[in-house]
Amino acid sequence: MVDDSAGSRPGKTDEADGSADDFDARLRAARAREEKAEGGGPGSGASSGIGVGLRVGIELFAGLAVGLAIGWGLDRWLGTKPWLMIAFFFLGSAAGILNAYRVGAGMDDSVGLGAAQRRRDAKDQGKR
Amino acid sequence: MTASPVEQFRIEPLVPIKLGGLDFSFTNSALFMVVAACAASALFVLSVRRRAVIPGRWQAATEMLYEVTAGMIRDTVGSEGRRYFPFIFTLFMFLLFGNLIGLIPYTFTYTSHIIVTAALAMAVFIGVTIIGFARHGLGYLHLFLPEGTPIVAAPLLIVIEILSYFSRPFSLAMRLAINMLVGHVLLQLLAGFVIALGVLGFVPIGFMGAIFLLELLVAVLQAYVFTILSCIYLNDAIHMH
Repeated sequence: MVDDSAGSRPGKTDEADGSADDFDARLRAARAREEKAEGGGPGSGASSGIGVGLRVGIELFAGLAVGLAIGWGLDRWLGTKPWLMIAFFFLGSAAGILNAYRVGAGMDDSVGLGAAQRRRDAKDQGKR
Repeated sequence: MTASPVEQFRIEPLVPIKLGGLDFSFTNSALFMVVAACAASALFVLSVRRRAVIPGRWQAATEMLYEVTAGMIRDTVGSEGRRYFPFIFTLFMFLLFGNLIGLIPYTFTYTSHIIVTAALAMAVFIGVTIIGFARHGLGYLHLFLPEGTPIVAAPLLIVIEILSYFSRPFSLAMRLAINMLVGHVLLQLLAGFVIALGVLGFVPIGFMGAIFLLELLVAVLQAYVFTILSCIYLNDAIHMH
């Protein structure tokens, strides 16, 4: 991820010479170049194995923890002691697994599985 | 130095303040937040004071930070995201300076505390949700139903998607805090080996040097990841595609 941002800015050092009006022209050229140099974008860089492993673990845990917390809170509120917590345990696990699957499948972090899937397919097609 | 590896994360009140039974003490964590904010402000105020057309070393550094953030917002959110630049930039600087200052010995890394990162992530999450509902009204809820879902499976899927939505700020907060925590614990453990090994202590010192460089990278990368994920969430709320 960090490679994109560092690598896509060439010509940072050759600013030492040139006059002011020349500078304006070069500024415009650089802006146009930056606008054009999109694509790739975030998340396309290969992450290291340990980073992905950590992320999958965190996603699984976060989904489960949020599910349990919501179930516990609803139980306290509605007085249905263990049942909603049990239900949300499974739903939270499902959400955690869904998020972990999305990490593994290389989808981005936005909301909605369908949207993420479509966007990844579109990106793949753009690359080909 | 033989202290436990998690000793460094202890919160110590420097100026105890008690208001109505609540503890508002000014802690070492708060002190380093102030230090980070002051350092960031000082860097920007001092480096761009000359406003040179041809930037000097410091001005080039701040311009690079600006360009990275602006590019990040443009790539993920598009030109509509420019309104949110001040917030995103402040967030990025606060995290970056917190991570980097924490690597200096005898300082405190406030980003290693999950309560700090969770508070930041919740701020982003709540803000983004409000923006989403403000711009799209109840249509924002369409996000939770994947297209082409059989109507029988829809209720279950919607609940799972909503849970997945709620788990995002926590996974965001945990990623940053755990990365910082792990790095600092590792460095402290290796430092313990240096003393235990005596003459052979130069071996762990070599490792520490390597890991310190890695931590430098992690500090920058995790601040970047946190910020870019905030941008992605913002993009969801604004464009909703």
